[in-house]
Amino acid sequence: MDQFAVKVFVRLRPSVLDPAGEATKSASIKLGAEGIKSLRIGKMIEVKIEGNGENEVKEKIDLLCDRLFANTVIEDYEYSLEKL
Amino acid sequence: MDNFTVGVVVFPGSNCDRDVSWALEGCLDIRTKYLWHESSDLSDVDAIVLPGGFSYGDYLRCGAIARFSPLINALDEFVKSGKRVLGICNGFQILTESGFLPGALVANKNLNFICDDVELDIVSSKGGWFNNGDEKQTIKLPIAHGEGRYHCDSDTLKKLVDNELIALRYKNNPNGSSFDIAGITNEKGNVLGLMPHPERACDETIGGNDGLFTLKSLILK
Repeated sequence: MDQFAVKVFVRLRPSVLDPAGEATKSASIKLGAEGIKSLRIGKMIEVKIEGNGENEVKEKIDLLCDRLFANTVIEDYEYSLEKL
Repeated sequence: MDNFTVGVVVFPGSNCDRDVSWALEGCLDIRTKYLWHESSDLSDVDAIVLPGGFSYGDYLRCGAIARFSPLINALDEFVKSGKRVLGICNGFQILTESGFLPGALVANKNLNFICDDVELDIVSSKGGWFNNGDEKQTIKLPIAHGEGRYHCDSDTLKKLVDNELIALRYKNNPNGSSFDIAGITNEKGNVLGLMPHPERACDETIGGNDGLFTLKSLILK
């Protein structure tokens, strides 16, 4: 069994308004930061998982992302894998 | 309706379960039974209400964890049999997360938790959940939510409109919902999800009784 560290990023789809991102963008500008064109807030989920090779682990992570971590009606996801 | 029993689901974090039960029993004389979320035996209830609240702390997304409870797993057969299911507020969020209704509910446009009375247009008569006596009717119900902005893609919206699945629309959209949507039904009409709280509008002395009709319609076959 190999062990993997997986980082899953879940983001609101571009078509979905992100009011928390807009509020943070507004606060960033008030802080004096210049040049911010866009600011959107997502989630990062860290998973340590065992499996027989990268492909098997990817299958499990895909299932988790599709069914639990993200609601694909409003969110997109991507992830990176690192073998430990 | 002598033995007709409405199951009121209790998740950890539900907080409108007792209100729903009180409204049904006290105002309408309809028997209720609390159903713990770990129960999957729905054989002795004739309709189900998923009440408002913060099931499982609303962790991850509102309604996302509740979807995996044994009770929600058993709900599929219940819905297919044509029995009626009413999802109020967090209950609506659970119904969209679990795929019984299309779309999703996301953070209010202004990020505020909105607690107010809202005017609503009754749009569709599907399922008989609202009193459609007039051509177009308006009711007033309370809302109390932070994540009630209904969102769906344009194809889904077209399907909702074409199939008359939009039950309620806000007169003055408080949260930024697509197409002012406050409540929708499934195609069969036996599942209704809405953000406003009909159980909090069942007695004139607490501000109105426009919610009575919807709760009473749970006993429709």
